[in-house]
Amino acid sequence: MPSLRALLSRRLRALRAMAMGSGSMGSMGSMGSGSMGSKREPVLSPSSMNAAIRRVQYAVRGPIVTRALELEQELRQGVPKPFKEVIKANIGDAHAMGQKPITFLRQVSALCLFPPLLSDPSFPEDAKARARRLLAACAGQSVGSYSASPGLDVVRADVAQFLQRRDGIPADPNHIFLSSGASEAIVTMLKLLVWGSGRSRTGVLVPLPQYPLYSAALAELEAERLSYSLAEDRAWALDLPELRRALKEGRGHCCPRVLCVINPGNPTGQVQSRECIEEVIKFAYEERLFLMADEVYQDNIYGEGCEFHAFRKVLAQMGPPYSDTVELASFHSLSKGFMGECGFRGGFMEVRNLHPEVLQELSKLVSVRLCPPVPGQILMGALLNPPEPGEPSHQQYQEEKAAVLRALAERARLTEQLLNKIPGIRCNPVQGAMYAFPSIQLPPRACAAAQAAGQPPDLFFCLRLLEGTGICLVPGSGFGQREGTFHFRMTILPPTEKLQLLLEKLGNFYTNFVKEYS
Amino acid sequence: MHRFVLAAKQAAASLGCRNPRSGGKNAALRCATSVAADGPSRGSRLPRPAREGTVRWSSAAKASPVKINEKASREKILTLESMNPLVKALEYAVRGPIVLKAGEIEKELRKGIKKPFTEVIKANIGDAHAMGQRPITFLRQVVALCTYPNLLDSPSFPEDAKKRARRILQGCGGNSLGSYTASPGINCIREDVASYIERRDGGVPADPDNIYLTTGASDGITTILKILVSGDGKSRTGVMIPIPQYPLYSAAISDLDAIQVNYYLDEENCWALDVNELRRSLKEAKAYCNPKVLCIINPGNPTGQVQNRKSTEDVIHFAWEEKLFLLADEVYQDNVYSEGCQFHSFKKILYEMGPEYYNNVELASFHSTSKGYMGECGYRGGYMEVLNLHPEIKGQLVKLLSVRLCPPVSGQAAMDVVVNPPIPGEESYSQFIKEKESVLNSLAKKAKLTEDMFNKIPGMHCNPLQGAMYAFPRIFIPSKAIEEAKVHKMAPDMFYCMKLLEETGICVVPGSGFGQREGSYHFRMTILPPAEKLKILLEKMKDFHIKFLEKYA
Repeated sequence: MPSLRALLSRRLRALRAMAMGSGSMGSMGSMGSGSMGSKREPVLSPSSMNAAIRRVQYAVRGPIVTRALELEQELRQGVPKPFKEVIKANIGDAHAMGQKPITFLRQVSALCLFPPLLSDPSFPEDAKARARRLLAACAGQSVGSYSASPGLDVVRADVAQFLQRRDGIPADPNHIFLSSGASEAIVTMLKLLVWGSGRSRTGVLVPLPQYPLYSAALAELEAERLSYSLAEDRAWALDLPELRRALKEGRGHCCPRVLCVINPGNPTGQVQSRECIEEVIKFAYEERLFLMADEVYQDNIYGEGCEFHAFRKVLAQMGPPYSDTVELASFHSLSKGFMGECGFRGGFMEVRNLHPEVLQELSKLVSVRLCPPVPGQILMGALLNPPEPGEPSHQQYQEEKAAVLRALAERARLTEQLLNKIPGIRCNPVQGAMYAFPSIQLPPRACAAAQAAGQPPDLFFCLRLLEGTGICLVPGSGFGQREGTFHFRMTILPPTEKLQLLLEKLGNFYTNFVKEYS
Repeated sequence: MHRFVLAAKQAAASLGCRNPRSGGKNAALRCATSVAADGPSRGSRLPRPAREGTVRWSSAAKASPVKINEKASREKILTLESMNPLVKALEYAVRGPIVLKAGEIEKELRKGIKKPFTEVIKANIGDAHAMGQRPITFLRQVVALCTYPNLLDSPSFPEDAKKRARRILQGCGGNSLGSYTASPGINCIREDVASYIERRDGGVPADPDNIYLTTGASDGITTILKILVSGDGKSRTGVMIPIPQYPLYSAAISDLDAIQVNYYLDEENCWALDVNELRRSLKEAKAYCNPKVLCIINPGNPTGQVQNRKSTEDVIHFAWEEKLFLLADEVYQDNVYSEGCQFHSFKKILYEMGPEYYNNVELASFHSTSKGYMGECGYRGGYMEVLNLHPEIKGQLVKLLSVRLCPPVSGQAAMDVVVNPPIPGEESYSQFIKEKESVLNSLAKKAKLTEDMFNKIPGMHCNPLQGAMYAFPRIFIPSKAIEEAKVHKMAPDMFYCMKLLEETGICVVPGSGFGQREGSYHFRMTILPPAEKLKILLEKMKDFHIKFLEKYA
């Protein structure tokens, strides 16, 4: 081995030259032969890897997005395209679409991240008060220290108070776990619930269409996914008989233990009525299902007569035997609502009626990842303690919040209206959340062309749309849809004028596409 | 819970369950865990090991009784018996029962309950800022500028910090830290990481496409392991880890239902890694699983050794020869204290060994913002670099990372500062260097102090702390104490650490949480408390230890 060292500098020079030549070390693998050392079969190959991971799919960041990034790169390099920019309407990423952060939240964060700013007179006192309180809760008064694994105690207490304010139902801080976005908490909860083999393997009821985090997590955990279809002809309402059907079918081959509900719906944008929530809770009680309520879009309600009802609230109000029996985990996040702070990866979950021993197991499981990102916890702490009337930031905070929600409501209506003007496209009201999920008719010849290309027809359409217009959407097949129907998911986040333009371009493209293939 | 384990133990015994890996007296217990893992286990995998003789986490429930709803309600859907047995079997000592107990004692102190001490000192976890270390000003300036870009107009922030913040913000959608980034991280930060690695490794090239930013190093490690684990029964993936190890590894292996394959570090030889021991361990493991992965922690956690160049070469050669995927956990790369010790990255040595190695050996190396001189644990920043990964596997990796959307963006920004610090001539350079060296010099002094003090205590032996942030001394526990520990159903070193906590307020982690040779006992203690406090702490430990020896003599 020591003789190897003698060759060192020469080798390094040669390597450097090669790297420069190829422009990328990524191609090192292909060059190995003869004196450069031969390339062997790797330890980790597509055939030797974890098969469950291979089955994971995540359309929101799938091939369409990869292609969109390539197109952006090409545009930057000056490659001529029939469009000037790629519009990413594929993901609920508000700031990327130009939404401005809420000033107060960022002020509190900046103060915590760099405490010398606490003596800067340009920061308002209410932001400083929040920052001081949060810093006092961090070990060593630094956001750089680990927090307790379930999150900072004061923020968990804030969450409990927020839930009580929102629902009039008390919450126990010990039953609140801060998380790295809602996704992490959902996966953690599922991890606890999934076990058994064969017919005793855990089955999980999820809506169809669904947010692909669920299908991805279930594939990875090798759980059985049991889809219940939402009723597209009733504005994507949750249909109890369909839920019963899915459960019954599932019982034939696995052990259904969990029911996931997304309210407001992603990608479908429906807002669940109180009555429907009660029915779901009764169903979960009767059928002994663990309930998971994904409520990250709770602030995003636009439809007239629609109101958000938290599962925990309805559950508590239904009284015994439901309120003290049905096991429920509900999820919330910093990424949506009016704040749209996706990058901070902040979120929380509240559990109800969890077995005390399971609560311990949950605490243990979250301790392995040490703690949720503290800047996200800080932002959550700021969000849950907004400026009160009379405080210096109150007015600006309220204005910023209202402006975002107003704009989203306007875009929700605009999107629905404009999409429904396009013959062949039908869009349910966007009652809530951040997406339209219209059905589109695709001509048989387009379907044949898609088949020839080895793509689902709606992916084929979305790829063509991307190439032709720069508009990036996610095909319905990434979320699941009834056989023979096609959809896409589009966010309503682009600024109104841009959104209008986008919808016109989309309409024109679709019309021409249908012509081309009929 | 203990009744449960005992019952399972009897069940295991009556089933004639034998664990091929243990052979020791803990075999029954190990088997017990897997049998006790109620319900049919998936596939026909072999029973999995539990940590030897440790107090299970659930004992913490005993320490702090949870109010159980007394009212007659029906059986829960999710119970200890109906939950994922893999999660149940998982253990994580660094935040285990001793830490819960410490939390309780703190609460009691706040309530005014009298104790023989006034504060709990948490020397259980490598959490520098919690122990009073100040953040590096430049790092915080850049991250604050990114968080609240109005500050870019403030004259009180230096230009070099602003320059970096602008660059990071340009890499963010809508110039906001609040948008999702690409799943592998912000491109310009991946580029900065690649340049950093090139500089660190004396010019060995690094490709930004091989860099993935992560949520702390832990996230990178579990992600790669997740992809690697496959097979059933005898073909189930075996993962070789050092003993003692950082319990993230055993927890991840347990969670993934992979097979933990132990190789022992040589305590007599400053915890050095011995290739012959690797060979022994691999050979034995081949009888019951498919060992595919070799994990190395360098500098060592909890053991603090720094691997020399020869040993690293030997390990790479071994991985090449035996076709093992290498995981190099190098999060303590900036924490090297002993004279004559130097950090050599696996990546660098791999390249220097020539094309047969650098074209073939698959390697993932990990780094983090949590340790080093910055100690920014809360940001959950980190990265991994992969080499020789099959192109399709890279696709799978990106897909898997995309499900968690992106690593926390402020953590990515913090990582950027670590790999792209002020350079000579820049405004913040001198202050940055001053702060960095002050932290590292103080750590080096404390490492020496801790080693010296421990070695003066009778019945204690501590290897030199060549690197990282921990002492892992061996302690003599008298047989009377071992018997009493047994009565309390605790591992002897857990018993020792609980007593230490209750009598002195000092919180350290028992060696059984990391794994150790049977019959030997240790604890892990961080060297992070300020020097003055550390001295007092070490004195207290000495007094405690001597009294403990006397009491149980």
